[in-house]
Amino acid sequence: MAEKTTSAPLAQLTPEMQQLKDRFGEAIQPAEYVGIVISNEKLVEVARVIRDELGYNYLSSLTGVDYLKEGYFETVYHAFSIEKGGGPFVFKARAPRDNPVIPSVTSIWRSADFQEREAYDMYGIQYEGHPDLRRILMWEGFEGYPLRKDWKEPYYEEDKKPFGSRWPGGHHVPAEERVQYHDNVAVDPATFNPETYTPEAEQLLYTGITPIPGSSSGTVEGIHTDAVVVNIGPQHPSTHGVFRMVVRLNGEQVEGLKPVMGYLHRNHEKIGERNTFVQNMPYTDRLDYICSMSNNFGYAVAVEKLMGVKPPERAEHIRVIMAELTRVMNHLAFCGFLTNEMGAFFTPFIYAFEERELILDLFEMASGSRMMCNYFRFGGVVRDVNEDFMDRLKYLVYERLPRKTDEMEQLITTNEIVRSRSIGCGVLKPEDAISLGAAGPLLRASGVRYDVRKAEPYGIYDRFDFDIVTGTNGDVYDRYLVRIGEVRQSLNILKQAIEQMPATGEIQAGKKQYQMRVPAGQAYGHVEAPKGELGFYLVSDGSPNPYRYHVRATGFINLGTLETMSVGAKIADAIITLGSIDTTMGEVDR
Amino acid sequence: MSYGLGIAKGMWVTLQHFVDTYIQDAQYLFRSNKVRSSKLMERQGPKNARGLFTVEYPYEKLPMSENFRMIPFLVYNSQTGQERCTSCGICAKVCPPQCIWIVRGADPETKRPKPEPVEFVIDATICMSCGSCAEFCPFDAIKMDQNYERAAYDRWGELILTKDMLMKPDTYHYQLHPSAKEAEAATIAKSEKAKNR
Repeated sequence: MAEKTTSAPLAQLTPEMQQLKDRFGEAIQPAEYVGIVISNEKLVEVARVIRDELGYNYLSSLTGVDYLKEGYFETVYHAFSIEKGGGPFVFKARAPRDNPVIPSVTSIWRSADFQEREAYDMYGIQYEGHPDLRRILMWEGFEGYPLRKDWKEPYYEEDKKPFGSRWPGGHHVPAEERVQYHDNVAVDPATFNPETYTPEAEQLLYTGITPIPGSSSGTVEGIHTDAVVVNIGPQHPSTHGVFRMVVRLNGEQVEGLKPVMGYLHRNHEKIGERNTFVQNMPYTDRLDYICSMSNNFGYAVAVEKLMGVKPPERAEHIRVIMAELTRVMNHLAFCGFLTNEMGAFFTPFIYAFEERELILDLFEMASGSRMMCNYFRFGGVVRDVNEDFMDRLKYLVYERLPRKTDEMEQLITTNEIVRSRSIGCGVLKPEDAISLGAAGPLLRASGVRYDVRKAEPYGIYDRFDFDIVTGTNGDVYDRYLVRIGEVRQSLNILKQAIEQMPATGEIQAGKKQYQMRVPAGQAYGHVEAPKGELGFYLVSDGSPNPYRYHVRATGFINLGTLETMSVGAKIADAIITLGSIDTTMGEVDR
Repeated sequence: MSYGLGIAKGMWVTLQHFVDTYIQDAQYLFRSNKVRSSKLMERQGPKNARGLFTVEYPYEKLPMSENFRMIPFLVYNSQTGQERCTSCGICAKVCPPQCIWIVRGADPETKRPKPEPVEFVIDATICMSCGSCAEFCPFDAIKMDQNYERAAYDRWGELILTKDMLMKPDTYHYQLHPSAKEAEAATIAKSEKAKNR
């Protein structure tokens, strides 16, 4: 497989790349398939030129790839231009496997912070100049770097599915049967004593945030005061799953905040590299489990880019309908979550979930499952929708959902308590939002007009007439308003899609295959998921399994804005700021 | 705008929802037996659903759509007793969590593979209900069941499904998936041809 990558065709240089090559000479080399390779000495300098002079000011995705046979690690950067739109500027940096050191680009794009930590966590690539290079998804005491191609997990069977033990011999023994305690534990449950077990991993985290010993935050009314370190989460009702914030508090004021994640980590990407292409589809449902249809869409778009197939008309329309229904459902549920955090305990939440139920009914009719839809295929969808589905859909889109959106607005928009809690809270400036890689409603609420559906239209989004909803202040209230506006735009798109949809027709391009040939290459497919830009970076070596499968998880990168937004605010505001980012831990931790 | 009007408007919405619950309850209280699912669907459908959104599970159960999927099962012909599976192994190959394992049959004398499974195991604790096996089966032999009440005390005995637990008659299959009957005629013929070869 690796032989194929070495003999891979080199990328054609675009005029911009040629311009860089003329200027920096040997430091720029064309890479395989797409993009350029920048030498490590010049990386930061060239990255600054890419951002400031070429205008690619939005670093969307940064990830590592392990080329085991060739003996180097590669970091792949996908930078986009907010103003110009269009496709990515792809550049790469390489380091030998025995001494993987690559300069950090956090000084150019702050969104590289979490992503470089992730690449360090997964590949052990040392990013020189990174301010806080710690593990992020794995726990600090973890041995090894799990995404390296020579790393093997416990109960390792084979590199690639399908495993030979399942057919035709069928001599498979479940993993638990193979361990000595007949259960999925590493130590004997009979002798394990939680009292004597002390994890050492917390030290690094706390040293970053605890006040300097002996220092005092001052004296209030003659009383000596100290900053306090408080752990919010991982099991806190407002952290949207198992997410933990370590905050340093001066009274109620947040002085420092570190997000801690990875509690739901299952190495989705390693699983993805074991799977065949089509086996990955149901796994993408589990990323952002509220919007599984959008995740399906993103993955399908990425693989279709590699394969070069295009779904038939009817399938394209069904896809848009599903994706926009997901957006409506997610944003309405967001209104419920947000008010929940502000103290309106569960009443608006349940109202939002009523509409969600009806949309999930539609998903169940079409795909067979309410949440884990697994509905998209490469070049089409699983099955056609019937008349009953269309009747229900039309009723929802034309009558019920507009009415319910109005009702949600009536409930929240002018409510004085909501307004006084959220206006001016958790402000994110537009330049910060772009630099930190915020995506989706979070970015647009700061007044940045960027939507993947308009910037680089995928599917048939170029045919629909809709607006990008933006806010002005970039606070929690604006994020709510942007989402309500997007619900209305989505309903608008849905109406157009229903009207334009061909009444009959194919729903799958070509023959449906359980193991198809995906040509060797690299592709970055991204879609505007309800929570923001969701990207899939795929490297194929021509075999039935992806060589590299990376998810640019929206929530993960959006959480990088939390520290900026919360420091200086009250602790209660930090909670609703977290709520306004709208994250799902299944996607953040992957 | 006077302060408090926004809250009052919100309260009005809440009051409407509150009243709606009682109206709906009263409407359907005398009209039908609660467990009758056709009325339930009417009540919970998009046109009528207001106020009351929950059903009193397990006394009321909403019917599932035809495509609803849970754990797979194997289909056999209820008249002849012949199973449709030819042990081609596509379901085991396509299964994302690899929870299906099959022992292919062999002729005792010639040792050549026979188109029927000797053992067919699905680990229901690992199955992710994706439906890929049913989707890609060329013989329509494996289908998705809809029995979602699968809690069990013992994983090893009750949730590792063996062939005798998986085999269900085609009448059961057509009851779950009424629209499948016509569509499957061609593939069943294909399966029988493969068996009798």
